[in-house]
Amino acid sequence: MPPEAEQSDFTPTWQFLNPVPRGPVPKAPEESAQPEIELTIDGRETSVPEGTTLLHAARGLGIDTPTLCYLESLTPVNVCRVCVVELEGSRTLVPACSRKVEPGMQVRTDSPRVRLSRRMVLEFLASSVDVSTAPELQAYMDEYEAEPERYGPPGPAASDSVRDNAVPGHHDSPVLDAAETVEQPVKIDNELYIRDYSKCILCYKCVEACGEDAQNTFAIAVAGRGFDARISTEFAVPLPDSACVYCGNCIGVCPTGALMFRSEFDMRAAGTWDEAAQSETDTICSYCGVGCSLSLHIQDNEIVKVMSPLESEVTKGNLCIKGRFGWQFMQQPKKEADEAQEDAQASE
Amino acid sequence: MDLHLTSDTPNAAEQLAVDSVLDAPESGFISDAHFISGEAYAPAAGHAARANRHLLLPVLHAIQERIGWISPGALNYACQRLTVPPTEAYGVATFYALFSVQPKPPVVAHVCDDIACMANGAETLCAEMAERFGAPGSAEQDSNLTWHHSPCLGMCERPPAAMVTAAGVTPSTTALAPVGIDEIAQTLADRGHTNKASEASTSVRSVPQAGSEELRLLRRVDRIDPDDLASYCGAGGYRALERALDMGPAQVVREVVASKLLGRGGAAFPAGVKWQAVASAETQPRYMICNADESEPGTFKDRVVMEEDPFAVVEAMTIAGAATGCGKGYIYLRGEYPLALERMTNAIAQARGAGLLGSSVLGHEVPFDIEIRRGAGAYICGEETALFNSIEGFRGEPRNKPPFPTEVGLFGKPTLVNNVETLINVLDIALEGGDAFAAIGTEQSTGTKLFCLSGHVARPGVYEVPFGTTLEELISLAGGVAGNGRLQAVLLGGAAGTFLTPQELALPLTFEATRTVGATLGSGVVMLFDDSVNMQNVLLRIAAFFRDESCGQCVPCRVGTVRQEELLHRLVADKTIGSVANEIHLLNEVGQAMRDASICGLGQTASSAIESAVARMELFNGKSH
Ligand SMILES: Cc1cc2nc3c(=O)[nH]c(=O)nc-3n(C[C@H](O)[C@H](O)[C@H](O)COP(=O)(O)O)c2cc1C
Ligand code: SF4
Ligand code: SF4
Ligand code: SF4
Ligand code: FES
Ligand code: FES
Repeated sequence: MPPEAEQSDFTPTWQFLNPVPRGPVPKAPEESAQPEIELTIDGRETSVPEGTTLLHAARGLGIDTPTLCYLESLTPVNVCRVCVVELEGSRTLVPACSRKVEPGMQVRTDSPRVRLSRRMVLEFLASSVDVSTAPELQAYMDEYEAEPERYGPPGPAASDSVRDNAVPGHHDSPVLDAAETVEQPVKIDNELYIRDYSKCILCYKCVEACGEDAQNTFAIAVAGRGFDARISTEFAVPLPDSACVYCGNCIGVCPTGALMFRSEFDMRAAGTWDEAAQSETDTICSYCGVGCSLSLHIQDNEIVKVMSPLESEVTKGNLCIKGRFGWQFMQQPKKEADEAQEDAQASE
Repeated sequence: MDLHLTSDTPNAAEQLAVDSVLDAPESGFISDAHFISGEAYAPAAGHAARANRHLLLPVLHAIQERIGWISPGALNYACQRLTVPPTEAYGVATFYALFSVQPKPPVVAHVCDDIACMANGAETLCAEMAERFGAPGSAEQDSNLTWHHSPCLGMCERPPAAMVTAAGVTPSTTALAPVGIDEIAQTLADRGHTNKASEASTSVRSVPQAGSEELRLLRRVDRIDPDDLASYCGAGGYRALERALDMGPAQVVREVVASKLLGRGGAAFPAGVKWQAVASAETQPRYMICNADESEPGTFKDRVVMEEDPFAVVEAMTIAGAATGCGKGYIYLRGEYPLALERMTNAIAQARGAGLLGSSVLGHEVPFDIEIRRGAGAYICGEETALFNSIEGFRGEPRNKPPFPTEVGLFGKPTLVNNVETLINVLDIALEGGDAFAAIGTEQSTGTKLFCLSGHVARPGVYEVPFGTTLEELISLAGGVAGNGRLQAVLLGGAAGTFLTPQELALPLTFEATRTVGATLGSGVVMLFDDSVNMQNVLLRIAAFFRDESCGQCVPCRVGTVRQEELLHRLVADKTIGSVANEIHLLNEVGQAMRDASICGLGQTASSAIESAVARMELFNGKSH
């Protein structure tokens, strides 16, 4: 962990009064000197630069495709398979998010085969994962008429650390009257954010954000195999014992609320979390000179979480502990703030 | 990256285990660290050290074998020396069934309860094990041993099978088949050090045709000493390599194309197309890999070839490397094959000693050497792109294709991957020419094929027949149906294959004929079940296998294999949600999504055998709700 944790003057100020406009919306790779590739999507001919993905080619035609594990700022891992499309001549469906266009491709994005696979993927997820804080996924479920109840009621939750200690290549026989889930106790091991892996769809986004694609910290990775695969620190140690520097970038990319600000988690538990009553203010973090864009979520005049717009040229959605969590110290009464600050520094 | 290590420290034995791999002399099996990075792998920081990440798997093996499990201190030390983040190394260690990251007794019996052994006494054996040693995985306090169920150990011709691993200063892996409770108990008590004579002498039974003049691929079995290069050469060995070197690479590739040889690893891809692609690649280095991970339940042909004719594999790999311009070959060998490992290690060393491997093969300006990499208990690592990740020191998760291995393979370089059996066909292609080879078998399926007969068959073992032989002929070659003599079903192609009924035995065994009936030759499995076998239990075991072996990366397979197993359990127990027809419809939809949307062949075929049994054998038709 970098030893540069500053001991003093931890008093961020916020430019509430100077909201800044959001950066440009991400778009398909620039039309440049790249050769154009012609293909047909849903019967419509289009032509896009070489290297474009089917997802972007389709979006260019106004055809939307669901995605869960895809994010502009991360290397495609193409693991969720909700974006699959039908490609003529291909035995299997192909992932739109990572498959590159080729001349003459005939693609269908809404065939019965496509719809079935998308529906099944959504049912598989919703029958094994708590998707209650994943609005995007819920919307897809409506669109594809997913019925996760078809597999039976959710099975029993795993008790503490059972999933963390699962052994590859072995599993217990399934219970007969229920569908197995990943339900397990929430991991609350620091003041800043919680990890509720009952809500994890294993999209790999947090791993990528923590590793090569952004943070380069490698505090978390996928461990285990098959249905027992899970996001974990080494030997499942608590975050304060891991390499984590609390940049919160993993929270920023998590699509399901599995990674959640402690503030949001506590408010939800207390029943006071009210998104409808929240406003968002864009500003620039004044803590250092980098100029990271912040988007402050405010409820009842209090900051309840801090994100950074993915589209931001400066941050691409990423922040550091100060921009992400500094507001907690500002809002807390003095003593608590000192404690939290010590915590944060100890863990940095 | 700022490497954050934990405060855990290794004990002396753990440190020695890690050092034994990383400080081994250059001539050892890890010489290729230099090959990759061009630098010594001192505990340097930065790129040089990071370039040694591919040694992670050998290092984890060393710790596991020395201590019996991988402790936080041992992992931390390995990470420090390799510059790998501990969390990633933990992710790799927890991927393999033969590694444990929790304290575990040093001596472990792995008892096969997979489908061929199931038909031949595995259930009784496991019950006896439980009685004597407690429930699987349980170890009594202070006990130095434990046991587990195991998926197919690749010794299905001699059921039931078991393997004993013993960690320590002189670690051992002992394969036992056929085996009874007393022998397992004795081996456990001896910490694995039983005499190996029983293993070697059983080869007679592994290849019942041994000695027959008609054999091509298996012609040297029992006729040579598999540990002796001179004996191999005396039986015509290394003439094919000489011939290939005389012909030159371009001509060898043309002969392989002309032979119309199709891959024997399961996917039946034309070998010539791959060879051409790698040979014409413009980058160096490039790699050749012999896929010897053989873990498809019911498959043991590659094991028998490596045990009985290891030099043939070395020679064939050398031809492949020379023809495609690869200076470096890897053989990725299943972790559960101790005798094959021993013989291949010896064969490579002898070949190297005789100048048949090294910087100038047979005195020609052709460099080629081979390194063995051992798997660690993961069926998925036989999938070629998962295999690359495994060698590179990452989790054995398949990569998305395209790009294909011939363009972007091991270490991102063009890579030729072929199965053991595919490769040994090349010897005859080099000797006789591609056209002569193509004259054997049928128009589209050329040459001969190795089949693995097991289950209720009179003389189980590996058989070699020309393509086009019918299933019936093959079964009678193996002495016909055993058990109670009344055949119920044949599993063709393995757990990822198809069940056939006794009415379908006239099927000619070719790639094209099996395709037309919706079946596959897969890896050459032919497993017979008499009508005393409860096929529902067989299906449950297959479903459990796929659930255990899914890498977990993609949703359709990670969750689909779980839902498939649950559905089967409900059908078998007659506890369906809604009607049976309803559940079978759901089972088919799960299968469809796995087939269509999974990343790799594991998920794409995980429903194949199960759906074929449900459809062809009308397994659940008698039930109603
Ligand atoms: C789940 C899975 C397991 C596989 N296991 C093996 C294996 O053990 N041995 C093998 O040769 N091929 C295996 N394959 C096939 C390989 O991916 C690859 O196609 C093959 O090694 C290519 O060699 P070939 O063309 O000579 O057959 C497996 C494929 C899948 C999807
Ligand atoms: S907070 Fe930052 S360092 Fe910690 S796990 Fe998340 S991405 Fe990694
Ligand atoms: S914790 Fe969130 S971001 Fe990470 S894999 Fe799970 S769902 Fe994806
Ligand atoms: S199909 Fe299964 S084994 Fe293959 S990548 Fe997906 S989860 Fe892994
Ligand atoms: S969005 Fe394409 S596979 Fe997940
Ligand atoms: S060794 Fe037991 S099924 Fe193959």
